[in-house]
Amino acid sequence: MDGISFSVAAGEFFTLLGPNGAGKTTTISILTTTLNPTSGVARIAGYDIRRAASAVRQNIGIIFQQPSLDFNLTAEENVRFHAVLYGLYPFRPTFSTMPRAYKQQVSELAALLGLEKDMGQAVKKFSGGMRRKLEIIRSLLHKPGVLFLDEPTAGLDPVSRRTLWEYLRQVRRERGTTIFLTTHYLDEAEEADQTCIINHGRIVAQGSPESVKAQLTETYLLIDAEDRNKLRDELRRLKVEFTEAASFKISLRGSDVQRIIKAIETPLSLVKTHDPSLEDAYLEIIKES
Amino acid sequence: MKEVYAVLTLAYRDLLKLLRDPTRLISELMFPLLFIVILGGSLQSSFGTGTKFDYITYIFTGVFAQTLFQSAAMGVISLIDDRENDFSQEVFVSPISRYTIILGKIVGETLVAMTQALGILVFGFLAGVRFSFGQLIGLGWSGVVTCLFGAAFGVIILSNLNNRRTADQVFPYIMLPQFFLAGVFNPIQSLPWYLDFLSRISPMRYAVDLTRDIFYLGRTDYANAILQRPAYNLALMTVAFLVFLFIGTFLFVRKEQNR
Repeated sequence: MDGISFSVAAGEFFTLLGPNGAGKTTTISILTTTLNPTSGVARIAGYDIRRAASAVRQNIGIIFQQPSLDFNLTAEENVRFHAVLYGLYPFRPTFSTMPRAYKQQVSELAALLGLEKDMGQAVKKFSGGMRRKLEIIRSLLHKPGVLFLDEPTAGLDPVSRRTLWEYLRQVRRERGTTIFLTTHYLDEAEEADQTCIINHGRIVAQGSPESVKAQLTETYLLIDAEDRNKLRDELRRLKVEFTEAASFKISLRGSDVQRIIKAIETPLSLVKTHDPSLEDAYLEIIKES
Repeated sequence: MKEVYAVLTLAYRDLLKLLRDPTRLISELMFPLLFIVILGGSLQSSFGTGTKFDYITYIFTGVFAQTLFQSAAMGVISLIDDRENDFSQEVFVSPISRYTIILGKIVGETLVAMTQALGILVFGFLAGVRFSFGQLIGLGWSGVVTCLFGAAFGVIILSNLNNRRTADQVFPYIMLPQFFLAGVFNPIQSLPWYLDFLSRISPMRYAVDLTRDIFYLGRTDYANAILQRPAYNLALMTVAFLVFLFIGTFLFVRKEQNR
């Protein structure tokens, strides 16, 4: 990592993007206190990651890239051990001997995800999507201010991915949890408040997804006509800047589509607007860096 | 109090994981079974009858200590791959002290090894070893001491390893020589000076000898089976335990955050 600096406001949805090996997991490891930085300062929820590592840990929840569940234990046992490690409840060897508050919290969370009947089952019987849900339930048990998600949907089918995101949105809405996400699915980052793209350990783009897109990619209009000569003359006359290739490409920076289309009288055979996605911007940025 | 609950949780988790995994339970009891029944049985029938030396009991006590020592050590060393696997990732980011993690692991692996001890007692019985109630209590006690000692040995080894691959490569060279230098199967009363030196720096030797101190107490072959008195073994193990534990934990915690 080299000179990375960013700040994420409380309740914000932040995404850290970058190719494999760019330093995403290293960044998360440093921020979650499992790896000491060689230099630099970072604060989570107001606590310094080096001097107050324990306070940082108490205030964060983490979903790792690799599943972090014991498959031979039941879902409830996985949750219970987490709760005790975070000092929420005293240790008891069975579910029935746990305090009533715990039982209630677990059954509420399980109901929320439709896992009520499965909490006593060994995790190895769970599907990938169920496991991820369980990890999220567990990571939120101690009500962390910041939730770190390191490629949480890698390997999930589209349905599981969608339900997971619905749940995460709900969590954000209801608890105002700050979300720190790394992902390779760029569409997941579209709705972020802030995105940061890193490559080779450096920041190469930063800002809201809209501004990142605006910085590096253009919105343009593609048109074409049977009579290309006529269209070309007309565009020149209208003083519309264009490039001609397979079709006529008109950059839309600062001008609106309707005005241009309305002004053209040549019969058009093609009208297409290109609105770049974050993925387009990302690919562009990574190629350049 | 939170840290005490954490130790209990970590230890309980280790035990539950063993009990929920019957294949592992069986495979871990395979070697003690082979050693006691086959090795002990064959030595007994080949050499034991003439010399009046009770090989079965000798090997049973040796294997009892060796299995517990090794199981506890290996269990603690598993922390090395744990941090990239399953629930242990959770453990490393939870707000508990790193010392608590090591302590929880030591207690947990002691429980795991003591579960195996029950199996070894059964094998011993099947192979013809007979024990009194007092001897059972004695084995229980020396078993716990052996596990704690083995676990501390595991901590110092762990603190010097970087990954699972190195651990797998190094482990046989650390453990296998100790089998013979500690006198698990073979009497080591008289050894050439260099083997004697190696034997004395093998931690397992003291665990095996302590177990025999207890088990052979009051038997006519006591003097033939043991090397040192229990107080000597216990004192040495206590000192080594503290050194292994403190230096090992310190190094482990430091290394763990500066990978």
